[in-house]
Amino acid sequence: MLLIHCPVCGEDRPETEFTYAGEAHIARPSNPDTLSDADWAQFLFYRTNPRGIHAERWRHTHGCGRFFNALRDSVSDKFIQTYPAGTPRPATAKPENAQ
Amino acid sequence: MSKFSFFEIMRKALNHNEDWQRQWADPEPKKDYDIIIIGGGGHGLGTACYLAKEHGLTNIAVLEKGWIGGGNTGRNTTIIRSNYLYDESAALYDHSVRLWEGLSQDLNYNVMFSQRGVMMLAHTDHDRHSFQRHIHANRLNGIDNEWLDAGQAQDYCPALDISPAARYPVIGAALQRRGGVARHDAVAWGYARAASECGVHIIQNCEVTNITRHANGSVSGVETSRGFIGAKKIAVVAAGNTSNVMRMAGVRMPLESYPLQALVSEPLKPVIPCVIMSNSVHAYISQSDKGELVIGAGTDQYVSYSQTGSLPVISHTLEAICELFPIFRRVRMMRSWGGIVDVTPDRSPIIGETPVPGLFVNCGWGTGGFKATPGSAHVFAHHLATGTPHPVNAPFTLKRFETGRLIDEAAAAAVAH
Ligand SMILES: Cc1cc2nc3c(=O)[nH]c(=O)nc-3n(C[C@H](O)[C@H](O)[C@H](O)COP(=O)(O)OP(=O)(O)OC[C@H]3O[C@@H](n4cnc5c(N)ncnc54)[C@H](O)[C@@H]3O)c2cc1C
Ligand SMILES: [Zn+2]
Repeated sequence: MLLIHCPVCGEDRPETEFTYAGEAHIARPSNPDTLSDADWAQFLFYRTNPRGIHAERWRHTHGCGRFFNALRDSVSDKFIQTYPAGTPRPATAKPENAQ
Repeated sequence: MSKFSFFEIMRKALNHNEDWQRQWADPEPKKDYDIIIIGGGGHGLGTACYLAKEHGLTNIAVLEKGWIGGGNTGRNTTIIRSNYLYDESAALYDHSVRLWEGLSQDLNYNVMFSQRGVMMLAHTDHDRHSFQRHIHANRLNGIDNEWLDAGQAQDYCPALDISPAARYPVIGAALQRRGGVARHDAVAWGYARAASECGVHIIQNCEVTNITRHANGSVSGVETSRGFIGAKKIAVVAAGNTSNVMRMAGVRMPLESYPLQALVSEPLKPVIPCVIMSNSVHAYISQSDKGELVIGAGTDQYVSYSQTGSLPVISHTLEAICELFPIFRRVRMMRSWGGIVDVTPDRSPIIGETPVPGLFVNCGWGTGGFKATPGSAHVFAHHLATGTPHPVNAPFTLKRFETGRLIDEAAAAAVAH
């Protein structure tokens, strides 16, 4: 069971209160009418899926109900940091695709 | 390599079982190969075996970072069935079931394929409609699948609780009698033995760390924990680790990797004669020949390579199992473990070429690729050897995520195995 820090509530709460919402920082294309099929595929389906630090969205469903972002190590499952939605990804020591 | 037979077992018994041979060779890697297969699970080893046996190609190495079958092949709950909704999937998985039916003979290795039937429980009206739709679609594709009412379901598996007051009432079930289970390790070992006998190199403890390319973009070989090895073609069959291996060649994938867990109980006398699946409550159960209940849980919700998985997921499954089979409430679980499964957006696999010349991939089997091992390996070998897809794997391209021709088993069933 993971303990997740909700940056809105300011509390560490058990994983079962939260819903995972996929990779973070994937912006919806601003030019949908001119976007190529390949670029649509990248937006809709292609994911980084790194073995290492993953930037991801979570929602505190059974708490404040708000979305936020997190950096988590996908090998140890340790959360490095959570941060408010809409803010840029914080710098980390390890690059995203570290093996 | 001496053949397994009744007489051989008798003869060896008289010799105190002292002169059994090694089942596959342990060669040093050569400088280069025609084809390198990355990943020594069932799909990778099977591909090597069919390349050698059906296409006469033997200058091949299978590189495995750990031990063969130590990935999802050796971690799965071994459910085999082919009652998928869409024509493309039905063709692929039934091709596989047909190969399973003769596999022990083909490999001269007992994979213990047991067609004891796979019964999927319906708990709601929605389940009933969806299963009956599957049954009709399956029959149009020549695949057996039949509807049972609750009483017939209990006749097939007497321990099942079908009382209307049950928390998850059973209103009926879909039964595929040709479905069943097989012994996972034996599948890896049997393919390895057959491939090695043809001259394929199976190289364990050899982790691929980079994929190198010629100036024109095509693949030239791999860097590994045991040095550089050249290759004309490279096939990535690395299950949960596929995104990371493909990244070595600069290719991004429509995949996410999640932990999937299973558990086994203490051994019991025979009580579950078939495989029982309940998609709506997410519980799968069968009984091994040793007597252990083999129970499959769901995936965690987040991307992870931890090979463990979290406790709420397995407790959820066990709660459901105890509702369906109240007699198991006091059974103790002996072991639980996790594997990392590579999931595509439409829950169908990707089998074929990639944007990099000479680089092929077979992945995206997610939570349900053990059943497909022989079929997947067979059609992938055809594609690798001839350069064109087998009709069965032709729809399962990487390109489908651009063209939109998804094979959306996810929406069809929302089912795992
Ligand atoms: C708990 C669980 C239950 C399941 N239950 C079922 C079921 O009931 N029915 C069903 O049909 N399917 C089931 N599955 C899914 C099934 O196990 C897989 O789809 C299937 O076994 C995949 O086979 P594979 O050969 O592609 O992968 P694997 O057996 O995982 O083989 C891939 C291999 O690649 C190796 N590798 C990875 N990276 C590298 C590298 N860089 N260099 C060298 N080698 C590398 C790995 O070590 C691994 O051995 C289950 C899976 C799990 C985890
Ligand atoms: Zn909160």
